Amino acid sequence: MAYPYTHDKEVRLLSRGWGDPASRTLEGWKALGGYEGLRKALEMSRDEVTGVVKDAGLRGRGGAGFPAGVKWSFMPKEKKGPHYLCCNADESEPGTFKDREIMRWTPHQMIEGCLIAAYAIQADHVYIYCRGEFFETNEIVGRAVEEAYEAGLAGTDILGSGVNIDVTVHVGAGAYICGEETGLMNSLEGRRGLPRVKPPFPAASGLFGKPTTINNVETLAAVPHIVVNGAEWYRQWGTEKSPGTKLFCVSGHVKRPGNYELPLGFPLKELIYDVCGGMREGRKLKAVVPGGSSVPFLDAAECEDCSLSYEGVVEAGSMLGCASVMVMDDSTNIVKQVRRTVDFFSHESCGQCTPCREGTTWLARILKRIETGRGTEEDLQTLLELGDQMTGTTICVLSDSAAAPVRSSIEKFRDDYLALIRRGEKVGAA
Amino acid sequence: MAENSQTPESVTLTIDGREVSVPKGTTILQAAEALGNRIPHYCYHPGLSAPAQCRLCLVEVEGAPKLQPSCITEVQDGQVVLTESEEATRQRTGVLEFYLANHPLDCPICDQSGECKLQDYVHAEGRKHGRSREPKRVFGRDDFGGDILFYGDRCVMCTRCVRFMNEMAQDPRLTVVERGNRSIIDTFFEEGVEGSPYAGNIVDICPVGALVSKDFLHKARAWDLDHKPTICPNCSQGCNIDFHVRDNRVQRLKPRANLEVNQYWMCDYGRHRYEWMNREDRIESPVVNRSGRPVPSDWSETLEALHGRLQEGVRPVKAVASPFASNEDLAALRHLVDALGGGEIVYRLPRADREIPLPGFPRLSRRRDLAPNGRGAEILGMERVGDDEGAGGLDELAHYTGTLVVLGDELADLEPDFGEQAALYIYVGSHPSPAASQADYRLPATTFAEQEGTFTNHEGRVQRFWPGLQAPGLARPAWLVLGALAARMTGGPVPTSAAEAFVQAAELAPEFQGLTYESIGTRGAIINEPVALPGA
Repeated sequence: MAYPYTHDKEVRLLSRGWGDPASRTLEGWKALGGYEGLRKALEMSRDEVTGVVKDAGLRGRGGAGFPAGVKWSFMPKEKKGPHYLCCNADESEPGTFKDREIMRWTPHQMIEGCLIAAYAIQADHVYIYCRGEFFETNEIVGRAVEEAYEAGLAGTDILGSGVNIDVTVHVGAGAYICGEETGLMNSLEGRRGLPRVKPPFPAASGLFGKPTTINNVETLAAVPHIVVNGAEWYRQWGTEKSPGTKLFCVSGHVKRPGNYELPLGFPLKELIYDVCGGMREGRKLKAVVPGGSSVPFLDAAECEDCSLSYEGVVEAGSMLGCASVMVMDDSTNIVKQVRRTVDFFSHESCGQCTPCREGTTWLARILKRIETGRGTEEDLQTLLELGDQMTGTTICVLSDSAAAPVRSSIEKFRDDYLALIRRGEKVGAA
Repeated sequence: MAENSQTPESVTLTIDGREVSVPKGTTILQAAEALGNRIPHYCYHPGLSAPAQCRLCLVEVEGAPKLQPSCITEVQDGQVVLTESEEATRQRTGVLEFYLANHPLDCPICDQSGECKLQDYVHAEGRKHGRSREPKRVFGRDDFGGDILFYGDRCVMCTRCVRFMNEMAQDPRLTVVERGNRSIIDTFFEEGVEGSPYAGNIVDICPVGALVSKDFLHKARAWDLDHKPTICPNCSQGCNIDFHVRDNRVQRLKPRANLEVNQYWMCDYGRHRYEWMNREDRIESPVVNRSGRPVPSDWSETLEALHGRLQEGVRPVKAVASPFASNEDLAALRHLVDALGGGEIVYRLPRADREIPLPGFPRLSRRRDLAPNGRGAEILGMERVGDDEGAGGLDELAHYTGTLVVLGDELADLEPDFGEQAALYIYVGSHPSPAASQADYRLPATTFAEQEGTFTNHEGRVQRFWPGLQAPGLARPAWLVLGALAARMTGGPVPTSAAEAFVQAAELAPEFQGLTYESIGTRGAIINEPVALPGA
């Protein structure tokens, strides 16, 4: 029954029921208070539902942290054609494994959130875009959707309210870029998963050119709890600007890596040394990537006072992203870590925009050269300048994401680079 | 765009310190172009959708947090745009460096060299020295079928070709395969673009040497080519095109933009039919047939002799014209025939079994009439005879005993005894044939490629063309030859220019009235719809 690791400091709101296969079923989820949120929401007006989510200050858990209620309110009030809700379950940011757990243990939590959100934005249809590699998870989600239909919780006349919302599970084909919201829409439409130019924003013209809202699984999973218990209740956790709880995916060189649900604003040090049991025996903290592979590194000093809220991590010098905390001890070769990250982005770049298509690969090649002892100090300057050329110049932010760890690692761990470069120099001289 | 009858709402903005007013909805890139400032770009093409993916046209817009793609950003009142700011220039230099990171730099053997946008932009704003020390990605060469070769290494992934096939040809034969740095243009099937009737345009719109024409491969360097504006003579659509000429030979045809006729495109049928303009078997000097013996002569002597012959009295005239001749040539023939007492003029015109429209711009179509000026001949009261091959129909004339005048029609399908029984047989044309060699007077004419003139296309649009080639020997425009003869007969003026010849044509056909070379300009003018010139 014990989910791999738990801790007393956790606030198990979304992760309630994890580890218990029973909570996968409709019955099990109902036993945990499931679908009360949907029932309540259907009794409220659409604006009231949006309002309570807005008041709760729920911020997007996919990485950008945009307030979910505000996003919903961008949808046209007057409906001229179909509206869509996309649930972004294409969780593929390296280091992130929270949505998978939601879907794996409590799929109905997500589905309930989807239905409430769809009601709020007048969506006729929910598309759950699942990551292709989540074989087991996708089966579970598929079964749960079937259950919801059978129980009259999805489809026509939901719970006798007269509201119709269809739910479709769509399984992606394994491209990271399809997790980018407009890339996801293109992929759903059967096109190449290329991010679209914005504007127009999805709320004006999204999936099939219709008003669309797209939310992350974790964002939607939090919605039923907020609807049931109210905004004030949700704000008892977290900070003023980052209310509520958040799933932290901790990986790397800690004793107990795993998913921990903690209030936002939780101290990073406490997460590492208390919740996760500290660093591996005899090792010291070297670096933390606090929000998935696309955010800048924090060095040990920056981790000292870092509070894990959207604003707190920015203050410390990085971004919370999707709260995938990758902890690295002093045995880590940062250059290798960065090279592997950039390799990933280079492999996953869709290839539309020149700076990203050419830049990610170029960065990866230079890093590979440095890693294998064939780099020069000039290369570091080139890396920084290429990173500049790749930042803020493309349609989506994949390019920026590849450049960010390169820049921050050179700034903070220049010695790691120099050690490899000088090793090369010695070899060259011999 | 600028000449809509109702003036669209206008927006005023400042680009690089210069104010410009453009219609609402114009993009920054177009507005800058109106000022003569061409913002570098690859993926944007005025005839296609804009994916804003090459990231070369990014400009600084005051107030915007980052650089904006000028190809899709619409202008706003009071906007201040900087295309040459440090930030914008740095961006362009950066993107160009990215392009060069994997570009093979094989300009010395690349057909595009000299007209290559990568060369142009890098020369203008690229880094002096590349920083890439990495091995280059290699894709190699691929046969895309038909006339198209693809050099993957040179490709800048602008996807213009894919979008042309999808949006204009609506024949989606190309796509981007793979992703990221491995992405590349490819065909779906082995045959590629083979048989797609407008595929040649993807070579034109490819900004680099990735897509090249097999027909033109290694034939000439771009800087050795003279570009001469003309009209495609291969059907009655009248696509505006350029001759690309070297060594007095047409090396290739390229479309020239005319938004009302062919936009930026032309069909492959027309594109690949230019070799006849380079034919070397020509009638190079006037030939007078003296008792069965052809004697070369010069113009004054020949015209003098012919004039004398005509003054002796003329039997009823019948004439054959060619729909490949210009309005001026045809009108001069009509004038001459009228001066000789009038008579029937017929022409033969090959006709295809179907039209081949460009689905994305159906106003452009390879028309059924496979000659440029059938409409002109019709307007000038000539009658079409013969079959769809452009042959036959002249049986009656073959043994005609009156005066026979042939203009332009090569008579290639006819027996060598054509015109043998004619009292007087005058042939005005450019290429010899057995049937033409029977003529009492064989007069060398220039082809349309060697003279100035106009064609009237299928919709009645009169369009000018200009000479692209030097005429051989004593060949002269038919309007001059026939006009001089007619003038001698009537005592009227001899046209001294194609423009004057057109004025004379307008005297014959009310349809042309009100049109002049000036008003036709480079865009053409529809008959019966005279264009009012500013100030006229």
